[in-house]
Amino acid sequence: MSKVKGSPGLCFVEDRRSNNRKRSSSAMAETHSLQDLRQAAVTSKVFVQRDYTSGTICKFQTKFPAELESRMDKQQFEETIQTLNNLYAEAEKLGGRSYLEGCLACLTAYTIFLCMETHYEKVLKKIAKYIQEQNEKIYAPLGLLLTDPIERGLRVVEITIFEDRSIGSR
Amino acid sequence: MKNLDYQQIDPQALATPTPTPPPRPLPEHKPRRARRKWEVFPGKNRFCCDGRVIVARQCGVLPLTLGLIVLTSGLFFIFDCPFLVEHLTGCIPVIGGVLFVFVIISLLQTSFTDPGILPRATPEEAADIEKQIDNPTGSSSSYRPPPRTKEVVINQQVVKLKYCFTCKIFRPPRTSHCSLCDNCVERFDHHCPWVGNCVGKRNYRFFYTFIVSLSFLTAFIFGCVTTHLALRSQGGNGLVFALQASPASALELVVCFFSVWSILGLSGFHTYLVATNLTTNEDIKGSWSGKSGNEDVGNPYSYNSITKNCCSVLCGPMPPSLIDRRGFVPSDDSVQTSPVEIELSAAKNDTNMVGRAVTSG
Repeated sequence: MSKVKGSPGLCFVEDRRSNNRKRSSSAMAETHSLQDLRQAAVTSKVFVQRDYTSGTICKFQTKFPAELESRMDKQQFEETIQTLNNLYAEAEKLGGRSYLEGCLACLTAYTIFLCMETHYEKVLKKIAKYIQEQNEKIYAPLGLLLTDPIERGLRVVEITIFEDRSIGSR
Repeated sequence: MKNLDYQQIDPQALATPTPTPPPRPLPEHKPRRARRKWEVFPGKNRFCCDGRVIVARQCGVLPLTLGLIVLTSGLFFIFDCPFLVEHLTGCIPVIGGVLFVFVIISLLQTSFTDPGILPRATPEEAADIEKQIDNPTGSSSSYRPPPRTKEVVINQQVVKLKYCFTCKIFRPPRTSHCSLCDNCVERFDHHCPWVGNCVGKRNYRFFYTFIVSLSFLTAFIFGCVTTHLALRSQGGNGLVFALQASPASALELVVCFFSVWSILGLSGFHTYLVATNLTTNEDIKGSWSGKSGNEDVGNPYSYNSITKNCCSVLCGPMPPSLIDRRGFVPSDDSVQTSPVEIELSAAKNDTNMVGRAVTSG
């Protein structure tokens, strides 16, 4: 098999095979694909806006953006957004725990906020971990990257679409 | 090994059809000291202690507020407390002390806490929103278009979300742009010159604690000073004698007399706002009071229970600061987003070339 410049077809046949081998060793492929993204070029960005129909609580729209139709499964996307919404709802929930925290804070003239991590901050850490997990397992292999909404002031979920390097293999 | 194969094939395939985009420019210049985000903050706020403390640009009359409180309380502890401890009870300076500490701490927290500032939209976000707005009309006019609004139904109420031209976002419900601080603030109540900061979602509870404890403090001092003067003027001495014996009390009396009415009034007003889950901004504008004659208007954010409203406003979870003052400004990533169109066309060309190559190969 000659690797001639003018016959990219042969190269891509080999490419396809090597890609299949690559996919079988999934663990290796995941970490590599997230790192590959750092060198890939950004095609565009999609913004999932907030859903204010339930008031001022932090909730994102689950409507599947048109730009992602060719890249990923609608079900998967909705599941990710729904989980995020549930996590934010947990952070902002009015219940016994938040009232206790609030009353304790009031009694100490709110000085405990200087030493203690609030419930909300704990949930934000959980959310950051979840997003990183989702990126590593699902979005990076598809050439997408989710940005944690807290880095955008909880206004949008930014999804960066990278140039699809695997187009040759398809 | 597998990666080497992949790497080898890739540049060959991409090199032929289109000119490859330039590789990511490496930072040739010496790395500058990483700057924190507060140093590049676009609003009119000032920051102290390396971003830990935030104040509005004009601190207003905060020094006056602090000065009045400290002076009056100081005079009370020095001149009135000894007499009252002797003649009444030792609890008086203790109660006064606790109230004073509460007042000062809540005042400082109101002034130095981020009220709920919304960071401005990134350029990509702003462009995305502009695209969505301009698409339907598609008109290009030289004058600034009318304020853009978006309607949302919350709890069977139609709420209009306005577009903020400064921050380039559609403001969430209950958010307003403060012109003094040049920021959009969530659950905007008002800009208080006495504390030198906006009062919004994150520091409303501190503000409320401040005015309530201050009204207790002023009422307490007023009562104690009156008792003091009353005790002194007993036994046929008269009020004038009492005032001459303790002139500081006269000053305290005057200050407290004028402040107790206004502070008590303000506390009462804000207690009403808390109980109905309203903001000063909404109350003044009459957003939910049905001024326009529409009887169906009601506050969609209220839980219709005084206890629940109070608990949610004052004891609810403390939201985080969205502006991340002490975070570091990321290195210039904007380079990769500029050749967006080139990338897209390059990718398309690749697909075409590959398709043809595979069929021919």
